[in-house]
Amino acid sequence: MTEEADFSWSQMLVSLGLIVVTFLFLYLGFVWLRDSGADRILVAIFAIVWGVGGIGALYYVFNNLVERLPGGWTSRIQPFIFIGPALALLAWYLAVPTVRTFFLSLYDQQDNFVGLNNYVQVFNQRIMIEAWTNNLLWMIVGTAMIVIFGLLIAVLADRSPFENVAKSLIFMPMAISMVGAGVIWKFVYDLNPNIGLLNAAVTGLGGEPQPWLTLLQPWNNLFLILVVVWLQTGYAMVLISAAIKGIPEELLEAARVDGATEIQIFFRIMLPSIAPTLITVTTTVIIFMLKIFDVVMVMTGGQFGTEVVGVRFYRETFVAGNSGFGSAIAIVLLLAVIPVMIYNLRQFSQRETFK
Amino acid sequence: MSQMKRRTVLIVNGALFLIVLFWTIPTIGLLVSSFRDRADIQSSGWWTVLPNLAWQPTGNTLPLPEGQERDTPITIEGVTATFDEWRAGVDMGGGRRLVWVGNLRRGQIEEFRQNWSVNWNFTTTNYEQVTGGKEFVLTNPDGTTRVELGEDMVGAFINSLTITIPATIIPILIAAFAAYGFAWMTFPGRRLLFIIIVALLVVPLQIALVPILRDYSQLGLNGTYLGIWLAHAGFGLPLATYLLYNYISGLPKEILESAFIDGASHFTIFVRLVLPLSVPALASFAIFQFLWVWNDYLIALIFLGFNEGLQPMTVRIANLVGSRGQDWHLLTAAGFISVIVPLIVFFGLQRFFVRGLMAGSVKG
Repeated sequence: MTEEADFSWSQMLVSLGLIVVTFLFLYLGFVWLRDSGADRILVAIFAIVWGVGGIGALYYVFNNLVERLPGGWTSRIQPFIFIGPALALLAWYLAVPTVRTFFLSLYDQQDNFVGLNNYVQVFNQRIMIEAWTNNLLWMIVGTAMIVIFGLLIAVLADRSPFENVAKSLIFMPMAISMVGAGVIWKFVYDLNPNIGLLNAAVTGLGGEPQPWLTLLQPWNNLFLILVVVWLQTGYAMVLISAAIKGIPEELLEAARVDGATEIQIFFRIMLPSIAPTLITVTTTVIIFMLKIFDVVMVMTGGQFGTEVVGVRFYRETFVAGNSGFGSAIAIVLLLAVIPVMIYNLRQFSQRETFK
Repeated sequence: MSQMKRRTVLIVNGALFLIVLFWTIPTIGLLVSSFRDRADIQSSGWWTVLPNLAWQPTGNTLPLPEGQERDTPITIEGVTATFDEWRAGVDMGGGRRLVWVGNLRRGQIEEFRQNWSVNWNFTTTNYEQVTGGKEFVLTNPDGTTRVELGEDMVGAFINSLTITIPATIIPILIAAFAAYGFAWMTFPGRRLLFIIIVALLVVPLQIALVPILRDYSQLGLNGTYLGIWLAHAGFGLPLATYLLYNYISGLPKEILESAFIDGASHFTIFVRLVLPLSVPALASFAIFQFLWVWNDYLIALIFLGFNEGLQPMTVRIANLVGSRGQDWHLLTAAGFISVIVPLIVFFGLQRFFVRGLMAGSVKG
């Protein structure tokens, strides 16, 4: 009401001074973190306080300045104090790089303009064809296994008194890194039957130990996929399980009263009811499989015919220094997810937000 | 009818039990092995901690038969086998086995009997070696010794924490401000900007790595904590903003309006009212982002990989797999240390984690 009267130049100067001081302190902190050889626990605590506190302080001092602006300027500028940092980060880290990466993809290793040649290579190099073929295997076989296992476990757990325990044990690997899972499963797959559980089982049944991850081609891909199935089935299970719980009990009861068998109920009632969830889960897992990197990198490094596009991207860009080629791979990955992006946008605009 | 029902219950629970068993065995194997001695890991499976029928020497030895040739079958106590078979051990029946120890001329034949036994020879040496960074004297099978430097996993553990905590809180704070802005403030371009955020939800982060690495080299952010925090914040922001927007825009309008009438500013309402009310949504995303950053390998490898002092556990363990793939006593212990924090977070805060997943988890 009396906003005009509240405006004073001295307060503005104080606010501006506060901003300058904050930046100065943050910069000093940055330099200290970069150069100090202090004890690492001290550095860690300081880094956490500096990082988290710094972001909070920046919001505070800028908002402080904006609230002292005269008249209608506060309400005009304040929204951008709130959304500005998010927009800036998104622009810097995701939106603009899309364009920059596209331009990079038109150049070769010596920075010569080569047009779309990198893209031709991405689909014609022998190693790339192997990688795409394997990725297709990951996306089809891996996704199918994750969704089917997730569905099976969700249905079984729904009828068991031990539902919560079972679900949380199946879900547990979701918390484990793919590098950690790589170690766990390399141990299971070890060639020495005194170390590898799988080979112990095989020799126990009278067979010969098998090199599951290396010479057993092309099946070694399947053993890598199993690791990710182990990691991600929990995700599918949780979403599917929630969808099953959402089916109205009366619907199932009515079918049972009418004499439908459990199998009929599953195919005629459950599956159609949870179809939207199954589609969401399948798409998410397919995108996940498209970008698979860690497990292959840690377990085989892409050797023995297990190359995938994610590993190729890393090796071309950061090991071979051929960032044009790597950028072309990244752009192809982006193009591959555009249908999902369009689907998300359509879903969003159908919702009644931003009226 | 009731009998059939009981059978169904049995099949359902039996199948579920088997699946859960298969699912947990690999992790249990890692945990058990990490507490076993280096030599034990190499010579017997971790599952021998369970009661099992093992061949144990009785201490009895038999004299070698005289005048045998290597390539002719050798008969002992009426059983005939080749020299190599005797070396590997031959079952004599009745839970008794004879093994030729040593070469053809010297050595002895040892008697083994099958007994129920458990292998409970546990140790914490692996953890000491992996965490302490101390030097260890190891005895090789042939009696010689070598000195080996342990791995510095404590350092990597601290690095992981230093990376993960701010990389979790920073994007949440930024996203919460933005979500509030989109939900309760009016400004031009509001709808279009939010549509861009929705579009960015599935953009693969591979697209950003090369340009960002170039920027970082110019800004001196390469190999710094700030650099990796901002990278994780940037890549996590679309999902964070989207989830928090869904929650914050659903808060009751009346509460905010009455605060406005009382003269509170947007900033005060956000800090005093909206943040506390949004704790469930903040927690859901926090767990999500915490696990994502803690478990991340690619981003850390690219932005911190060359700076050994800042490497998180994932990068260090991946290097360990590459350089010492056969040192299972180190790998199992290191692997378990890296897994323990996310498992605690997971089991402690599972409810929030599941809720975060349900709210729609599509991340680039």
